[in-house]
Amino acid sequence: MAYPDFTPARDCVSCGLCLPHCPTYRERPFEMASPRGRIQLIKGLATGELTGYEALDEHLSLCLACRACESACPSAVKFGSLIESARAVLNDRLAPSWGRRLGAFFMRHVFPHQRRLAAVAALMRAYQASGLQRLFRETPLRGCFPERIVELESMMPEMSPLGEMPAPRGELEPYGVERGRVGFLTGCVMQLAMASTNAASMDVLRFNGLRVVLPREQRCCGALHLHNGFIPEARALARANIAAFEEAGVDWIVTNQAGCGSTLKEYGKLLDDEPDWAGRAEAFRGRVRDINELLVELGLRPPSGRLALRAVYDDPCHLVHGQKIKAQPRQLLRAIPGLELAEAREADWCCGSAGIYNVTHTEMSLAILQRKMDDLLSTRPDVIVTSNPGCAFQLRYGARRAGHAVQVVHVMDLLARSYRGEGAGLDRSATKGEPS
Amino acid sequence: MSPPAADRVRRLVESLEGVLGKRWVFHRDEERLAYSYDASLARARPDVVCLPGSTAEVAAAVRAAVREGLPFVARGAGTGIAGGSVPVAGGLVIGLARLNRILEIDLADRYAVVEPGVVNLTLDQALGQQGYCYRPDPSSQKVCTLGGNVANNSGGPHCLAYGVTANHILGVEVVLPDGSVTELGARHVDPLGYDLTGVFVGSEGTMGIATKVVCRIARSAEGVRTMLASYARMEDAAASVSAIIAAGIVPAALEMMDGPIIRAVEEFIGAGYPVDAAAVLLIEVEGLSEGLDGAVRSIESLCKARGARQVRVAGSEAERQRLWAGRKGALGAVARLKPRYYLHDGVVPRTRLLSVLQAIADAAARHRLTIVNVFHAGDGNLHPLILFDPADADETHRVHVAGEEIMRACVASGGTLSGEHGIGLEKNDMMDWVYSPEDLEAMQRVRSAFDPEGLANPQKVFPARRGCAELRADGHGGRPAGEMWI
Ligand SMILES: Cc1cc2nc3c(=O)[nH]c(=O)nc-3n(C[C@H](O)[C@H](O)[C@H](O)COP(=O)(O)OP(=O)(O)OC[C@H]3O[C@@H](n4cnc5c(N)ncnc54)[C@H](O)[C@@H]3O)c2cc1C
Ligand code: SF4
Ligand code: SF4
Repeated sequence: MAYPDFTPARDCVSCGLCLPHCPTYRERPFEMASPRGRIQLIKGLATGELTGYEALDEHLSLCLACRACESACPSAVKFGSLIESARAVLNDRLAPSWGRRLGAFFMRHVFPHQRRLAAVAALMRAYQASGLQRLFRETPLRGCFPERIVELESMMPEMSPLGEMPAPRGELEPYGVERGRVGFLTGCVMQLAMASTNAASMDVLRFNGLRVVLPREQRCCGALHLHNGFIPEARALARANIAAFEEAGVDWIVTNQAGCGSTLKEYGKLLDDEPDWAGRAEAFRGRVRDINELLVELGLRPPSGRLALRAVYDDPCHLVHGQKIKAQPRQLLRAIPGLELAEAREADWCCGSAGIYNVTHTEMSLAILQRKMDDLLSTRPDVIVTSNPGCAFQLRYGARRAGHAVQVVHVMDLLARSYRGEGAGLDRSATKGEPS
Repeated sequence: MSPPAADRVRRLVESLEGVLGKRWVFHRDEERLAYSYDASLARARPDVVCLPGSTAEVAAAVRAAVREGLPFVARGAGTGIAGGSVPVAGGLVIGLARLNRILEIDLADRYAVVEPGVVNLTLDQALGQQGYCYRPDPSSQKVCTLGGNVANNSGGPHCLAYGVTANHILGVEVVLPDGSVTELGARHVDPLGYDLTGVFVGSEGTMGIATKVVCRIARSAEGVRTMLASYARMEDAAASVSAIIAAGIVPAALEMMDGPIIRAVEEFIGAGYPVDAAAVLLIEVEGLSEGLDGAVRSIESLCKARGARQVRVAGSEAERQRLWAGRKGALGAVARLKPRYYLHDGVVPRTRLLSVLQAIADAAARHRLTIVNVFHAGDGNLHPLILFDPADADETHRVHVAGEEIMRACVASGGTLSGEHGIGLEKNDMMDWVYSPEDLEAMQRVRSAFDPEGLANPQKVFPARRGCAELRADGHGGRPAGEMWI
């Protein structure tokens, strides 16, 4: 049985060395908000020793699943799969509430279907583009709404223009000599809210001699489902993606989203108990690469356009802790002529976005975001660079809250600009985080 | 729990919530379980947990527990490996994690005043920015608290030259077991009267709760040199340790590792240790830059004269870090040889190192066990690691027998039970090997002077005769790696 799998809990020797690396423990210094405490609670849940499911959910849902504890653990405890397993078990045992029903509805009926998700995104876009959002944000109108609504509204990420929302499909020729075929995951949220970053990423791949293949049948990767314990849904999405990319006959499957990458790399484990799929899932897993990882592995073709910018890179948890990819994005950024790369003190700490955590645990998320922005902004950057859409939205929201003009972009946005010879292309007076 | 006891717990919760607010008082099963452990194998749930935010709140919590006749146990970061903060008798756990402010740093008078929940490394880093440091450096220093260090009188690899925690504590503010607050010691060395700070340091939470700690601080060393001496014979390494100390050189650290550990470390960490050596010494000297070269040369020739095959001096900070990475990663590497290990912390006179190491090797042979050694050689603090597989019941039994024999050998050589990890629950039943009934009685009287009701961390330190075999049945640790070291 691949999930739930509680065996990693046995490796924990309760030494506590993970404590100072946990963002929630730093905010709430008690054991239940620490990795070690959570592991003990999960053990209690697994053995049946603990049956206070509401209390368990209360404590375990405060976890960001950022996996910083995994990087810090000398015993190599696989915390990520423990927390996913615990959430799966709790989903079954908890009495349904309205919030949970709504969450489950989105997980089961919206996220797996790109068209339904696009419809939601289109509504959001319409709200943003029609001036309604400005009306809401800039007039006393917001005073008429409950505080919570105002807060949630302010967190809403900027959607892509409607014309860019449909995901491109088919094949894109490499520029120059061909070095291989890559299957590109357009992602669900990425295409709807950061379509220009997807375009930039595909361009960067083509500048590096890669043929970009976009299988029509690809789906959401299932990360959100897996992290929140919706295992059957995650499995179905995994099977669909494996089939779609097998069909495309590619050398690698590439993603520019840290969260998706770490989930794609877990397909092997997710399906290891399904005889028809285990072998295929394992083969698929072996071909998955984060886009930063692949470009460094192949050897980046040096970009030549100058970008005179001071940048600071913020590690997405699912890259640095989930996939141990830390050096590659920095290496790529340093290859851009004129770009000066600053290093934040806590670059590998979570920004508090964590999937839908910022919506479910807003107070904790904001406390963590505040520290993050202080740390990043203290390096005086022109631009904050990350490699995951959720982090980008959260950091843009952080910049808006701080009233700071700093732009938040993806590594590929900058690389593409350099390849295309577009220059820095940043309007420093803009407060909206969209790359130009 | 009998009804009257349940009533007492309920009243305790009510009065704590009245003082601290509901937010910092926990009593659901899940929360009690989350405070049932430390880094040892001991497990026991408290009835209630609270996290006070000030000395006054600590005092109120202590009074509330005592009023109900319930025991109370202080808890720092829970990294203790002797079960010190595990509430074996139930009652109230008072967590000190919220008391984490550095209150004062006085560079001129060389002291810092901190709250007990300040993490050891946090203080050291705060001082480091100004060219100062706090010397005691337990390997758990990025997690463990100064309050816990005080209670366990903790040591670390660099305590050879500078002494353990007791040598670096000038004073403490203590909430006594009757809930009153008092100050022991002062802000300068050698105050008048009894050295009550000295009595309190190492008391493992049985004499009250430290709510402020006055730490002695020092200037950071100007220079540091690290070297690795390798040997074909263990006895040559042991002889070198004695020779270095006899020559009047006091290295900042002097650590020994034996052959099996060296090979395990090389395989998993690649620290650059010679894999065919029977033992290596990792030696570090600190001080004024001019003096260091001379010290390095003398150590080199002393080691060579005792049969060292090679003495390598780290040429760069990176190389120095790599040498230390091997030492720091030793436990992790060992964990890959066998699923579990049981760790002892015995201390022996330096001159008897060799004979005790021989006794350990004999015990290993007699009981068909693998025992490996990595330890603070400079102060004779052994850490023999007995490797085993808990699935093998017979082997597990032999581990306990061999462990006891080793501790007896340490004591017989004129040594003692614990160098730095404390007595707690793990070794309280061995106390009478070292102390006569009269000694123990005298200690008990000192404790009772502080805690007449016996409610402060009961059943610790002194022999309890509870047979805590079940606590130990599992051996110490699972598969620690990387940074986990001792
Ligand atoms: C990986 C690892 C490496 C280690 N390396 C070393 C080492 O090199 N040297 C060494 O000496 N130890 C070492 N230890 C053991 C441990 O870290 C130390 O004993 C440390 O001092 C415990 O601090 P703590 O804050 O975790 O205290 P806890 O474990 O929470 O408590 C320890 C004891 O102190 C008492 N206590 C805590 N706070 C207070 C207070 N404010 N007032 C009164 N009593 C209090 C508790 O009741 C308990 O008896 C190591 C442990 C681990 C897990
Ligand atoms: S998760 Fe790892 S670091 Fe944390 S307590 Fe367990 S073994 Fe130690
Ligand atoms: S995943 Fe992140 S938030 Fe959760 S316990 Fe680990 S470090 Fe803490």
